[in-house]
Amino acid sequence: MTEAVLTARKLNKRYGHVVAMEDCDFDLLPGEILAIIGDNGAGKSTLIKALSGALRPDSGEIRLEGKPVTINSPIQARELGIETVYQTLALSPALSIADNMFMGRELLKPGIMGSLFRQLDKKKMQAIARDKLSELGLMTIQNISQTVETLSGGQRQGVAVARAAAFGTNVVILDEPTAALGVKESRKVLDLIKTIKEKGIPIILISHNMPHVFEVADRIHVHRLGKRLCIIDPKDYSMSDAVALMTGAMAPPDKEAA
Amino acid sequence: MNDASGSGETREQEPEIVADFSNRHKSAMTRLLGFLQTTPSAIPLFVLVMAIIIFGILNGHRFFSPFALTLILQQVAIVGIVAVAQSLVILTAGIDLSVGAIAVMASVIMGKFSFDLGIPPELAVLCGLGSGLLFGTANGLLVAYVKLPPFIVTLGMWQIVLAANFLYSGSVVIRSEEIAQKAPILQFFGRTITFGGAVFTYGVILLLLLVLLMSYILSQTSWGRHVYAVGDDPEAAELSGVKVKATLVSVYAIGGFICALAGWALIGRLGSVSPQAGQLANIESITAVVIGGISLFGGRGSVAGTLFGALIVGVFTLGLRLLGADVQWTYLLIGALIIFAVTIDQAIRKVSL
Repeated sequence: MTEAVLTARKLNKRYGHVVAMEDCDFDLLPGEILAIIGDNGAGKSTLIKALSGALRPDSGEIRLEGKPVTINSPIQARELGIETVYQTLALSPALSIADNMFMGRELLKPGIMGSLFRQLDKKKMQAIARDKLSELGLMTIQNISQTVETLSGGQRQGVAVARAAAFGTNVVILDEPTAALGVKESRKVLDLIKTIKEKGIPIILISHNMPHVFEVADRIHVHRLGKRLCIIDPKDYSMSDAVALMTGAMAPPDKEAA
Repeated sequence: MNDASGSGETREQEPEIVADFSNRHKSAMTRLLGFLQTTPSAIPLFVLVMAIIIFGILNGHRFFSPFALTLILQQVAIVGIVAVAQSLVILTAGIDLSVGAIAVMASVIMGKFSFDLGIPPELAVLCGLGSGLLFGTANGLLVAYVKLPPFIVTLGMWQIVLAANFLYSGSVVIRSEEIAQKAPILQFFGRTITFGGAVFTYGVILLLLLVLLMSYILSQTSWGRHVYAVGDDPEAAELSGVKVKATLVSVYAIGGFICALAGWALIGRLGSVSPQAGQLANIESITAVVIGGISLFGGRGSVAGTLFGALIVGVFTLGLRLLGADVQWTYLLIGALIIFAVTIDQAIRKVSL
């Protein structure tokens, strides 16, 4: 078996009496698209937040490429090469595409302008942003310095995904990337996900949209009642099976199916 | 789940045609608003130039002279400096009501420390500047970490600092002659440079340098970009890796420091240290910022706009006074300008959707 990129063992998280995660396990293999599905309230977001640094589990272990890591903040997750595209996208609407892509990791000009006067290298950031967007086939955006608020929903999603793909050296997490999009724009985002996969970066995809999940996922992690119920191969199961597993209408297959 | 897929083909066609139509229809207006969205200081600049031309025509040479125009700069210098601090805070979607009180407190500390404590005036100036930094930092910590609304924090800080100022100074003015004799450095920003009829006080030069410096910092450094991001959407900024709390604290701290600089410049302007001065600086600075096109909702606008905003107020004030109009006309027109400016801001923010 290939070694997993990102694993979690026995993660626990409680909010008072509410158990959000109970001995939750998780495995992401190199180069794969792993979809996470689960009913509302199953604890998907808690798991994702634990992996992206937005919350600290009460107990349990997370390993990145075999080494135990603690991820206490989104900034730490980013330093580990784990990039997340949040459902809210986390873009600043009044700032430009390039500003947004480099938010929190701006490049300074070389020499004294950068070291002493802290001047940003806007040209270089714009050039990189343009490269990253065209790499992902997103160059329908004419002007890299236009503000994010002037973009359509799909284009904004594209910018957020491009930002994650540009800096996510180990893992890219996508939280409901198609939930707010129309048919045509969803298609683009799905293509985008496949493009990132071709670059060899493993992807965690959280989605409620079964056709989308079954189209792109290599494996599906079914989350139920705060833990991983099972992992299924989308080729062996139908969408209605997956929904039945999620809702408890169907018993999970034997564990070794993973 | 994917029920729309069947009708997807037909649906895709329609919006494009509609979009195309509406694009042609309102392109001029949208383009104008789009331009203003990226350059919100264009309107105040336009208003400023128009006001100078109109008052120039009405008043003739009394107004349109190097002396009168630089007099306007001198008259707006203090409020302008305070408004630079206010701009920083408002860009983060906050507001600072304590700016004037901090400025006056700093000037009183500079004066009292020099005269009552007998420490060297240079050191007293540093103490005054330090006090501004301290009050600003306190504001910032309360806003960022205790998560109190900026309006409440600075409303409280305004009262506290103002009361402390009166208690400490006993409302006693330190006279100009005394300062000139024993601690001339306190009046540093009152010194002037003249070119022909134009008179620039050091206070005016400080204002212009501060505007240049802040424009550079806000547009060219990561800290500046973070200030905008925090004002635009703090949660998004946090998730994108901006240290939102640290940014907020630094904004209020730097704001407090700039207010203390204004307090120093205030001694230069008045000649004396007066605990009663600067009472309206908070409202006047907010006026300059709003007329200057900075959005009260944060994340939009520029310090250059604030300078234009402050100058507009100065031009109206002097222009109307030279015309012999009742001073209430100034307030009336400025009031109308404030409402106009916020209306424009709302329109600009709506185009984004």
